[in-house]
Parts: sequence; C-alpha cells; structure tokens
Amino acid sequence: MRRVAYGVAIVATVLVGRQVNWADLTDSMFRPSLMAEQFPKIVTIAAKNTLIFTFFGFVGGLVIGLIVAIMRISQATPFRIVGSVFVDVIRGIPLLVWILIIGFGIPIATGARIPGSYGAGSVALAIVAGGYMAETIRAGIEAVPRGQMEAARSVGMTYSRAMWTIILPQAFRIIIPPLTNELVLLIKDTSLVSVLGVTIGTMELTKFGRAASASAFNATPLITAALVYLIITLPMIRVVAVLEKRAAQSR
Amino acid sequence: MSPIPGDPVIEVKNLHKYFGDLEVLKGIDFTVAAGEVVCVIGPSGSGKSTLLRCVNRLEIATSGSILIEGQDITDIDADVDALRTKIGMVFQRFNLFPHLTVVENLKIAQRKVLKRSKEHADEVARANLERVGLTEKSDAFPRTLSGGQQQRVAIARALSMEPDMMLFDEVTSALDPELVGEVLAVMRGLAEDGMTMMVVTHEMDFARSVADRVVFMDAGVVCEEGPPGDILANPQTERLQQFLRVLT
Repeated sequence: MRRVAYGVAIVATVLVGRQVNWADLTDSMFRPSLMAEQFPKIVTIAAKNTLIFTFFGFVGGLVIGLIVAIMRISQATPFRIVGSVFVDVIRGIPLLVWILIIGFGIPIATGARIPGSYGAGSVALAIVAGGYMAETIRAGIEAVPRGQMEAARSVGMTYSRAMWTIILPQAFRIIIPPLTNELVLLIKDTSLVSVLGVTIGTMELTKFGRAASASAFNATPLITAALVYLIITLPMIRVVAVLEKRAAQSR
Repeated sequence: MSPIPGDPVIEVKNLHKYFGDLEVLKGIDFTVAAGEVVCVIGPSGSGKSTLLRCVNRLEIATSGSILIEGQDITDIDADVDALRTKIGMVFQRFNLFPHLTVVENLKIAQRKVLKRSKEHADEVARANLERVGLTEKSDAFPRTLSGGQQQRVAIARALSMEPDMMLFDEVTSALDPELVGEVLAVMRGLAEDGMTMMVVTHEMDFARSVADRVVFMDAGVVCEEGPPGDILANPQTERLQQFLRVLT
C-alpha cells in the first residue's frame, strides 16, 4: 500500500513539474539581477527599520510586561483586576487591529497622533508584546521559591528592593528562553506595521518587498525580503533551542 | 544601642494567629531576654514555627502584640524593615540567594539596607565567614556547597547585619544527619558569645546543653517552660512526658 502511495506521489509530482515552466517561474521569483537590485537598501533601510520596530516593541513590551506582571501578583485587588483585564483585552484582539486602532483610529477620533515616524507602530507593538510578556514574566516570578522573598525581607529589604535585587534576577534567568522566543515572534510581527502609511525612510522589510515587487511586477523582491527575515530569525531560533535544552538540563 | 543583658528584647503578649478558620496560636505569652538562649520544642503542628515567624512578621499576627526592644512589630505603623535588621533569621531551607556568590550573599543587604561602604561590608562579611569556618568558599556559588555549608553561610548572612537577636527555624531539619553537627557547633559558639537566640528545634541534646530555657508548645499553647535541666528531666505535664517518650 505504502509503495503505491509513494509511487502515485512521485508520478504526480513529475507530471506537475513537467507542466510548470521552470524558466518562467524562476524568472518571476528568483531573478538574480532583480535580487541584486534590492541591495543595499533592503539591508540599510528595510532590515534596519524592521530591527528598529523590533527594538522599540521589545523594550517597551518588557517595561509594560514587568509593570503588569507586578500588578498581577499584587496583594491589592484593584491592581490585580486592572492587570488581568489588560492582559485579556490585549491578547484577545489581533495585533493588526491594535495597529489600526493606534495608527488610524485614535488620530481620527481625537485628532492627536503619536509623534515620530516610528511612533504609532512601535507603541502598538510594545503594548501587545507587553500583554504577552506580562504573563511570561509573572510565571518567572512565581517560579522563584517563596523562601527567597522571605529571606530578602528578613534582612530588612523592602518589598520592592527584594523584588528588584533578589526575585527578578532569578525570574529573568528562568524566562530567557520564552522571552527570546517572543523576540522572534515580534520580529515577524513587525511586518504588520506595513499597513500604516510610511515614508520611504521608515519602510520595514515587508513594505519594502511589497513596494518593490509591485513596481517591478515580479515576486523576486518579496522573496528576497523573506530570505532576509530568515537570515535574522534562523540563528535566533537555534539560540532558543539551545537555551531551552540547557534550561531542561539544569532542572 | 544594643540592649543590656537581661532586658526583655522579644515580648509576645496574648498572641493569636488564625490561618482561615484554623487557630494555630491560642494566646501565647512569651519573653526572651537579651543574651538568653531559648529553645522552643514541640510536636509538628504545635505552632512553634508560626510563633517564630510572627516575631519578625513573616506571618501577620491576628491579635496580640509582639514587642521587639519595646517596639510593637505587629503595629501597622511600625517600621518593620528597620526592626527586621535587628532580628537575624535562619530558615530550614537555607534560602541563600542562588544568583549571588557566598560573599555577595553576605554583603547585599549590608550595602542596600544598611548603606555600608563596600569596604565595610566586605570586612564584616569576611569576618562572619571566618566565624562559620567558610573563608575559602567566599567566591563559590551556593549550589556548589553542601547543605551544612549552605546553612552556615545562611547564619553568616544573618550575622552580617549585626542583629541584636537571632531566630532559628528548624535549621537542621533539612540536613543529612552527618551535616547536623557542624551547624549546631556554629550555633553553640554563637550562644557562648552571648547572642540572644530563639531556636525552634527537634535537637533535644542541643536544647539540653545550650538553652538557658526550654519552652514546650503543643496545639497552639505554651504548655510548660523552664530551665532544660528541670523540664526535660522532670516534665510536669502529661503532654510533655509523652512527647519526650516518643523522641527517646
């Protein structure tokens, strides 16, 4: 049975392959001259902007995530409620919708727009990343044994001092693998800010590839952009795998 | 100002503690004087660890008061963090800070809480490491030490704050039997140096030979207390007689 299945698959592949005009396909997706044309701008402008959005999104997300995580474990019920409502609302709405709300919705409604050419996109990424990171950070804090806080308090540290010098350094060590994973997701999610109108100077990879593909009427620039994404993310995916393996071993 | 020997430094008055509906401390009155070594013994679940943890407010008393050198630590306005610097605490599970080396464990609160200079904190830390016999481990990380060594570091960490009194919460219960002796030896040395100590323990030999006074707790009350020679050799209550019989 299995042999038959393989046989059918091979025959089908060959038949389809013969129908396709490989020269045309290669030319419309992998035209070397067009690929070369993308450089250096695809690196100096597009990849650079992707990394700038990622940086603002990640750093902003860390700050928001930390604040919300600490609210979520607070003794004070109002803080806990605000924290968990934030997390649920952020995670329950697609990132694309957040980007549209912050980039278009709020300016239309209030007349006020977030300043800076990276502003709206970065803020949207940071808020949504913060919602996800809050849960990761909270899990990290809760993974630190209770006795650590007690020992820190017993030598006279205030709650916030103990959190900052004793608990968080241990919590962050625990959550480095999932946090790195969230960084990889964020790099890819920056492609969604391409829905906002941007100047040539703030185009990130996706917008850049799309614009170049549209003007050349050829898929090569988009494929090139995809390859640049891979060059950035593949090493990081490997790093996450190594970190996770190491974390599993130390347990 | 360090207290004068003989002055009461821990005064527990009519202390009640509930966990939910469960009353674990049922009106405790209890005093420790400066320079005194008091061992608290009793079966598990008798409330002795809870009492100890109430003294530095790791547990919040439901009612009653606990005066530390005259200041009520249960008071909502009390400066708990300042009072805690006078009270060293050693835990059953060591609770060393695993991301810091041994000497950093001893220095961090000196630096951040007492605002001591680097040099001063370092000097105090090294003196206390020497006191517990672990000078050569100062740059090691806690996880590389044996349980007995970790617990001695924990004692040195508490001592580095130069507290007026020390609380010990079953500090040998998590240790392998062959490591208990080195920790008890350090505690014995502290007692000989005149440290005020409140020791929750199951080590009857230690209580017998080191304590000035032994307090026996059962079911959330103090049943019996007195010099170890009296109450361990000649227990008055049925419950203490039974407790001692089970142990030996």
